[in-house]
Amino acid sequence: MAVFVYGFIALNFQTSFTDSHTAQQANGVAPSAFVGLENYFALLGSEAFQHSLKNLVLYTAVFLVGTMVIGFVWAWILERPTKGEGFFRSVYLFPMAVSFIASGVVWRWLLNSNQGESALGLNRLFQIVGLDFLQNPWWNNVTWGIAAIAIPAIWQLSGYVMALFLAGFRGIPDELREAGRIDGASEWQLYRHVIFPQLSPVALSALIIIGHMSLKAFDLIMSISKPSNYQTKVPAVDMFVFKSSYDYANAAAVGSILLIIVAVLIIPYLVHTSRKEGGR
Amino acid sequence: MTTAVPAPAPADVAAGRPVRTPERRPVQRFSVGRTLRYAILLFSLVIVLIPVYVLVVTSFKGPGDASAARAWALPQLWTTENWVTAWQTLSPAIWRSVQMVVPASIISAFLGSMNGFVLSRWSFRGANIVFTLILFGMFIPYQAVMIPLLQLLLGLDIPSGIPSLILVHVIYGIPITTLIFRNYYESVPKELIEAARVDGAGMLRTYFSVVLPISVPSFVVVLIWQFTSAWNDFLFAVFFSSSQNGPVTLALNNLANGALLQNYGVSMSGALLASLPTLLVYIILGKYFIGGLMSGSVKG
Repeated sequence: MAVFVYGFIALNFQTSFTDSHTAQQANGVAPSAFVGLENYFALLGSEAFQHSLKNLVLYTAVFLVGTMVIGFVWAWILERPTKGEGFFRSVYLFPMAVSFIASGVVWRWLLNSNQGESALGLNRLFQIVGLDFLQNPWWNNVTWGIAAIAIPAIWQLSGYVMALFLAGFRGIPDELREAGRIDGASEWQLYRHVIFPQLSPVALSALIIIGHMSLKAFDLIMSISKPSNYQTKVPAVDMFVFKSSYDYANAAAVGSILLIIVAVLIIPYLVHTSRKEGGR
Repeated sequence: MTTAVPAPAPADVAAGRPVRTPERRPVQRFSVGRTLRYAILLFSLVIVLIPVYVLVVTSFKGPGDASAARAWALPQLWTTENWVTAWQTLSPAIWRSVQMVVPASIISAFLGSMNGFVLSRWSFRGANIVFTLILFGMFIPYQAVMIPLLQLLLGLDIPSGIPSLILVHVIYGIPITTLIFRNYYESVPKELIEAARVDGAGMLRTYFSVVLPISVPSFVVVLIWQFTSAWNDFLFAVFFSSSQNGPVTLALNNLANGALLQNYGVSMSGALLASLPTLLVYIILGKYFIGGLMSGSVKG
């Protein structure tokens, strides 16, 4: 396994330092030369790739905020004795079991960009309920289109975040609440000062999980939009496009850039948890 | 109109809150907070279920029903035509997915359980570092290994399609399965394994006669996890297979984006078909499914 993960990461870097941009080179028919960081400079300097990175940031922001807020609110509500809790929980969680590709099919319809007479999906729904001003081109918007793709992602994973938070809530010993009540804390104070702080490790895990999923965002975009759509491209999609045209060097470089972004975010977290483990 | 017995059955909820308001019971007085909470819950319920409504309704619509004006309406004529077409198009791919997912999940579960066992109980120098490296393996974007992997599979002449995908899912499933098993074994009393060791059993012997039999709950969780993630995978599918030999996610994507572009009815039936296995897992094994999701979250 070490070979497949770390060996391949090394190989991937190696490819990304070459000028292997054609099919002949990819198949080993033509030689490829070492060019150092040239591909990286070219990529990071190109307007198109910067757009992908911007999209990635925007997507991650919307996705993270959406799932965290919704997941947390659901968990908070369901944490108290609620009638039919199990039912609500199951319904909120079920989208998680569906593949992004399958949900992409329905969301492509819901996020259809047609307006007016030929409006479908949500645009049509807004029309029916008289909220016409909410109609918009969804993912066809160059700047904000990617945020529209984050909506299905939120739909799929809010339930998961809820489950995480719910487990967090349940993990807090009852004595703690009792103690708070005895000290005369109001319900709100109890949450604010006793319960919420206890949830921060859960929140951190959820952030990490959702965050790294969003950096790898690919399936949804492929199924709702198209790989070649400029509006909604992100690095993972660029990578696929490069690979499809046998531009292995650039594909590898994009892969490495993604890896570096993930590593920068994840490694401190891993080090932190493994320290905690070791100290136990 | 039965007197409600306290059972958190879905029917209870479907009936809605107002049903249970026996006049003379001051037990739960009306409060703004409570009403607000249920309002939020029900509103969320509707939002979450909208795509389901669309999927189901559209999948039963005939071509005549597909006009934009009737987009949200129920079918004028319910038809299973779309389902037949979708099944004809997707069934070979569904079968290929089965052939891929079953071996892939079983093999990676076994490897994970052995790894987890070794990591948690047969402490060796640097076990913690190895563990952290494995954890990181769970987080790497697969894009960063894709090109070398592609070259390797081509180089070894492993046929593209299902064989390649099994291999890939096994390899990249190991980190998560190892993690789940390791966490489980950490909770197993040390004495159990110590005893086997005292009785003179070696590592393999201990594993097969002591550890394996008690691992069943973890196996369930891991198998569910691997099953769903391999079934739902699209990234590897699109890199290592083609529409002729790929799994169902790929076939579905081609169906939805392909020649039948505007035929939403067929693609929605297809989406439902392709989701059935994982939905069944979710419905039947819900408890364990959630367990799997939780183990998928990292908490050292």
